[in-house]
This record gives sequence, C-alpha cells and structure tokens, in this order.
Amino acid sequence: MKKLQILKKGFLDVIPLTIPVIPFGIIYGVIAIEIGLSPLVAFCMSFIIFAGSSQIAFSQLLSAGASPLVMISSVAVINSRHFLYGAVLSRYLNKLNCYWKILLGYLMTDQAFSVSLSYFKKNYKKKNAHFHMLGSGFTLWFLWQLSTLAGIILGNIVPEQLGLTFAIPLTFLSLIISELRKKDHLIVIAVSGLASLALYDFPFKIYIIVSAFLALGVSYILITKFKNF
Amino acid sequence: MIWFWVLIAGVVTFLTRYSMITFINPKTLSKTSKEVLKYVPSAVFPAIIFPAIFLDQEGYFLNSNSPQIWGFLIAVIFGYVFNNIILTIVSGLVSFWIFTFLF
Repeated sequence: MKKLQILKKGFLDVIPLTIPVIPFGIIYGVIAIEIGLSPLVAFCMSFIIFAGSSQIAFSQLLSAGASPLVMISSVAVINSRHFLYGAVLSRYLNKLNCYWKILLGYLMTDQAFSVSLSYFKKNYKKKNAHFHMLGSGFTLWFLWQLSTLAGIILGNIVPEQLGLTFAIPLTFLSLIISELRKKDHLIVIAVSGLASLALYDFPFKIYIIVSAFLALGVSYILITKFKNF
Repeated sequence: MIWFWVLIAGVVTFLTRYSMITFINPKTLSKTSKEVLKYVPSAVFPAIIFPAIFLDQEGYFLNSNSPQIWGFLIAVIFGYVFNNIILTIVSGLVSFWIFTFLF
C-alpha cells in the first residue's frame, strides 16, 4: 500500500473513537474559562500538553492554588499510562528515525494507540505501517484543537450560574466508569477517594499525589498477593 | 510564570509518551509494572472526584442533601448501567441542575 493510503486508513480507523473526544474537548474549554484561565493559555495548553485529563487537572489545581510541584507531579502520574503504550508500540516504532519517534510520540493518545496498535499487529511487515499512526494521531490532534477552541468560545458565553465546574468531577468519573464493574478497581478507587478526603487539609493540595500513590500501592499488593482476585 | 509551568507540564507529558519508544528496551518494563500502570486512572481520578463532590471550598463535608452529591449519584448509576462516557457527564449535570432548582 502507498503511504497516502495507509495515512487515510489511520484517519478512517480512528474516526469512531473521536466521537467522545469532541464533547470532552468542549467541556475542557468551557471549564478552563469558568475557572479563570485566559483563553490564550487555555488554547495553547491543548497543543503544548495535548492530553485532556491532564489539562483539566492542571487547570483545576492551578485555580485552587496548588504548588507547581504538585501540579507537575499530578500531570506526570495521570500520563504515566503512556509508558505502557510506549513499551507496547516500541517494537513497531524503534526502527524509525528520531524525527518520526518525536512526532509519533507527541501524537500518542489512548485512541491513536488502540487503533494503530491493531493495525501494526496485522501489518508489521509493511514498510510504511507507521503512516497509520500519523493518520490516526493527527486526526485526533486536529479535532482536539478544534473542539477545545469551540469550548473556549462557548465558555465566554455560558453563564457562571450553570455551575459548569461541576463537570470536572463528572468528567473524571466518566473516565473510570467502566472500571466500576471490576472488584479490584473498586478497592483501588475507594482507597484513593477516601485518602483524598482524609488528607484534603494537607498543604499545597498534596492530597492528590499522596492518595494516588497509596492507591497504586494497594493495586501492587492486589496484583502480587491476590493474583486470582 | 503560568506559561513556564504549562511548558514544563507539556515536556513531562511528552516524555511519558516518548521515553518508552526510544530510551528503554521494552523488556525492562516488568510484567508487574505493566499491571500496576493499568490501575493508574482508578488510583488518580478518585482523588480529584471525591473532594470535589463531598467537600466545600473550606474542606468541610457538605450537607447530604446538596445537589452535587445527588447529581453525582445519578451520574454513577447512569454510567454504571449504560457504561457510556458522555451519558455519565450529561446525566450528572442535568440532574445537578434539577436538584439545584428543587432544593
């Protein structure tokens, strides 16, 4: 297949997965404006950080007056799932040159990872297979910029009385909603949530990062000690 | 100053994406660490969700008939039953508005 055809395939494959991304981007834009970020900062975050849940968490911590160290480490923990994606993709991407790795690394998202990985698994012998991830990654990137821009414009119009900052916890809830069906995840969720309530008064909003590590510690115990859980 | 921290957050995010493709042999990430990484969303997000739902600005527990607690419960129920991201957010927001109007 020609490069352009593979690129187009990546674009087409990721389209169904972008349906929830568009409202998510709009929600981010609205929230960022509601909690007082300038439209320019809110928009630039979409291509400097380019990670929805991190952008929302970062904005919220910023407006709550968290210390920069807490903001950055929270972003790092939220994004640590990318380590997993990178480790899985590396066998397909490690022969590419440095520029390609930087580009595809920047474009790595949950959606691009899942559709391009299944393409790589079937077509790993093809020379230009990586164009698939360029197609899926760029499509998602472009729609993210567009939808956050729409949200930023909308955020300047919708009245504050609607209480749209309530969409922050709801958005994060929606991201773990499928985990509520799993017993092990429920334990980890409960540990993190209860710890955050108990530690809330600690300085610099450090409760987020401490609760996350406590819960990850519990998940480590669940994995190693209770394998058949 | 805010631009500086946005930039740092961007660099950190990029490194989480880029590092495993390049620097590290994939086999050095042990099976256990891969398993633990799957729990990251369940470990981080509740720490943002719980205080935003159950505590007020000063860190005190909210009254049990506050609209956001009820909106949150409706969102959990809808999300659990339909397993749908957008429906979770929308059901929570709409019921939050209804409860704000009622209480």
